[in-house]
Amino acid sequence: MKRAIRYVPEGLVLLTLVLAPLALNPLGFSTDLLTRVLNWGLIGLGFDILFGLTGLLSFGQAAFYGVGGFVTAYLLVSGAVGSVWLALLAGTTSAGVFGLVVGWFAVRRIGIYFTMITLAFGQMAYFIENSPLSDYTGGENGIPGVPAPTLGFGADAFRISAGLPMYVLFAVIFFLGYVLARRIVRSPVGAILLAIKENTGRVAMLGHDVRAYKLTAFVIAALYAGLAGGLLGSFQSYMPPDAFSLETSGQLVVQTIVGGAGTLIGPLVGAAVWLWLRDNLQLIPGLAMLWKLVLGIAFIVLVIGLRRGVCGEIVHWWSERRNQAALRAAEARTEAIEAHNIDAVAGEELRRRDVALSLAEPATGDGEVALEARSLARYYGGLRAVDGVSFKVRRGSIHAVIGPNGAGKSTLFKMLLDEISPSSGEVLLFGERLTGVGVSRAAQRGVAKSNQLNQLFPNLSVRDNLRIAALARGRGPLRFDLLRPADSLPDVEAQIAVILDQLDLVERADTPAHVLAYGEKRRLEIGMALATSPNVLLLDEPLAGMSPAERAATCAFIRDIARARTVVIVEHDLDAIFGLAERITVLYEGRLLADGTADEVRRDPAVQEAYLGGLHAHEPA
Amino acid sequence: MPSWPVLISQAFNGLALGSLLALVSSGLTIILGTLGVLNFAHGALFAVGAYTAFVMLQYTSSFVLAIVVGCGFMLVLGFVLERVIIRYFYDRPHEDQILVTYGIGIVLVECIRAGFGGNAQRVPVPSWGQGATQLGFLIYPTYRLQLIAIIAGLLLALYLVLYRTSMGLVVRAGIENPVMVGILGINVRRAFLLVFAIGIVAVGLAGMLYAPVVAVAPDMGANFMAQSFVVIVLGGLGSFPGAIVGGLIAGEIISLTSAFNSSYSEVMLYALMALLLVLRPQGLFGTEGRA
Repeated sequence: MKRAIRYVPEGLVLLTLVLAPLALNPLGFSTDLLTRVLNWGLIGLGFDILFGLTGLLSFGQAAFYGVGGFVTAYLLVSGAVGSVWLALLAGTTSAGVFGLVVGWFAVRRIGIYFTMITLAFGQMAYFIENSPLSDYTGGENGIPGVPAPTLGFGADAFRISAGLPMYVLFAVIFFLGYVLARRIVRSPVGAILLAIKENTGRVAMLGHDVRAYKLTAFVIAALYAGLAGGLLGSFQSYMPPDAFSLETSGQLVVQTIVGGAGTLIGPLVGAAVWLWLRDNLQLIPGLAMLWKLVLGIAFIVLVIGLRRGVCGEIVHWWSERRNQAALRAAEARTEAIEAHNIDAVAGEELRRRDVALSLAEPATGDGEVALEARSLARYYGGLRAVDGVSFKVRRGSIHAVIGPNGAGKSTLFKMLLDEISPSSGEVLLFGERLTGVGVSRAAQRGVAKSNQLNQLFPNLSVRDNLRIAALARGRGPLRFDLLRPADSLPDVEAQIAVILDQLDLVERADTPAHVLAYGEKRRLEIGMALATSPNVLLLDEPLAGMSPAERAATCAFIRDIARARTVVIVEHDLDAIFGLAERITVLYEGRLLADGTADEVRRDPAVQEAYLGGLHAHEPA
Repeated sequence: MPSWPVLISQAFNGLALGSLLALVSSGLTIILGTLGVLNFAHGALFAVGAYTAFVMLQYTSSFVLAIVVGCGFMLVLGFVLERVIIRYFYDRPHEDQILVTYGIGIVLVECIRAGFGGNAQRVPVPSWGQGATQLGFLIYPTYRLQLIAIIAGLLLALYLVLYRTSMGLVVRAGIENPVMVGILGINVRRAFLLVFAIGIVAVGLAGMLYAPVVAVAPDMGANFMAQSFVVIVLGGLGSFPGAIVGGLIAGEIISLTSAFNSSYSEVMLYALMALLLVLRPQGLFGTEGRA
């Protein structure tokens, strides 16, 4: 039953595709119009994976639509390829390759820059089609006489002619494209793409190769656009040059917003609205020129007020209604937890738990050096944030880094996992150089960090947050498992279940992260780092902002972790640190002040001096 | 290899196109730098400027008067757009800002189409700019020379406003760190309103000045917008000097390439952008870390 429910969207889309020619014809949707809508919907499937899912707004999709279209059309009209299907394959592949090239440039930048670069490359493709390649593409005239596809061979071949047969072809291709896109969205890759939209930095920090995944989404979008472009020429037996125009890219964006980004069928619905308005308003005297103005105003209103678009609002309304009770309950629980925390006293009976992680550590003996900093330094202009700090973290220990504000703890910490690169010096992990590999690869080698400020995926459930983390080292930095469901890896699911239990978040597994109480968010932050099965876990102020009861619980949890893995911790709560850490490194003004066992450090006069405010005898008080 | 006279005259064309792109891009870049909004309606506003000149010249015979009134119109349009729509988008994601300005662009272009039809209009060259000027080594259309001089003057004026007035200081500080400017107790919102309006006047002026040289059509701005995106990627996002230098480079590349092979002129521009993205991603005058 549950399996069947999963495929309801597919069923609805199939039903709509079958009924559309019958039901929508009287409403002003001719069969040709519906075929065009499907063509736009097909580009939209890929575009929605790029924009709706991954959050990358491209204004250059026309380039891939055009490349797919013109390669297909040229191969067919020049006689180089006889079969329309082969030509479509070649066109789609060319669009994908072009997408790989453009994407390689574009994914280097984010936000506004990304959009501008895609737009510029779109224009570049337009001009290439128009001038240097006009011998092949016909320049401003396009390529006329593109043949329609046939089924079968020789005399029995059935030519798919305009009208209903063409609609059926487009509907079949769209449906297959939709099923494929749905699978991609639900695959581990889809889960990671969604996480990239939520919080790109954290995805990288967990060990996923963000740029490669963005590029993957870009190429997928280009392939869909290329296929749609190839079909366009066959459909209207003419390949128009304005497939390449900025207008085409813009129309796709508008249609996606109108229909609803992130729903896959949104672009299709948007295209239906756009093309219906164009064809039907033009028939009304006086409105012929105004259809696009009406559409533009509607678009602005949607962007201002109904940003989810038609389908998005429907889906939102539906899930609100269905999940409202659950959401209210979750919020009530959050309030209860926060209220309870204020009165709770430390020292409740704490359960001792064994932390089991799915990946084994490298084979070295206990007590050996897990992580080593060698004269690490980081300068910001003239400021020496960290100035030649060396220390060793023994395997299986809890090692603390303390120091007054501005001592350079955070900078040092960020260098330990190569989040920022040192001006000089290096970090070794089990004797191998870690510095210079970048934060993603450092995570893959087994250094995870929980941040001082929570870096969660706020709109994903607790379980999904942990899944993104658990997928990282188990699956490697990049894998194209586009077809399997994200929750179908048994090791990963087992790991999530264990961590949920250890975090005491089993009941909250399906609650969106942003609804959690503060202490729960802090636990999830640590849990995500832990879910990667790290060899060395870096905790940046894990107790910050917690109530006494939560502190005690978290300290116990850290001790549990330390029995399985090496822990390095930065914390201001010195009482907690002296209770936890076996060795302590003290920083002061960027330099190493002391390094030793908790007792040694406690007795060190220089440390006392630094912490008691530095009231030197020669300074006026 | 084209002859020297051709190259020199193309270099002048490049200067004319480049200065125009510099003006368009400086409007785009100060809005982007200060407000953080990439104005996708910029191309449409270029067309609005050109049509303003066209309309004003129907009522007045003086080109100068037409431009002065046109600037007033663009200023008001800028104020209205900022107050009614743009200011509600400062706190929204960049994607939403891009989408809403793109929508504004569609509406503006369609308003023009509804009012004046889709066909191209002609705007006459002003009486003081007709004919050609003998430069000794080259005979060049007078109005284009004047265009270069006028735009140079306008850019100088914009430079003086940005670098020599206290308002300009606020704007430049806003480009560096808008939050800090607000914390210092300066009315950032009012500065934003002014910056947006000035940016709109800049692109509108570019449209008005260019109207006599090209066919005036509703879609005329789209390509300029794409080119000005390249210019600010070249120059560095939000950098005023970058917009000017980038504009001149872009203009020269387009013009000089077409002296060799006109079919590659636009392609070269985008190829250069791709190259720069690899070698110096922050642009010529940009600083790393923005966007």
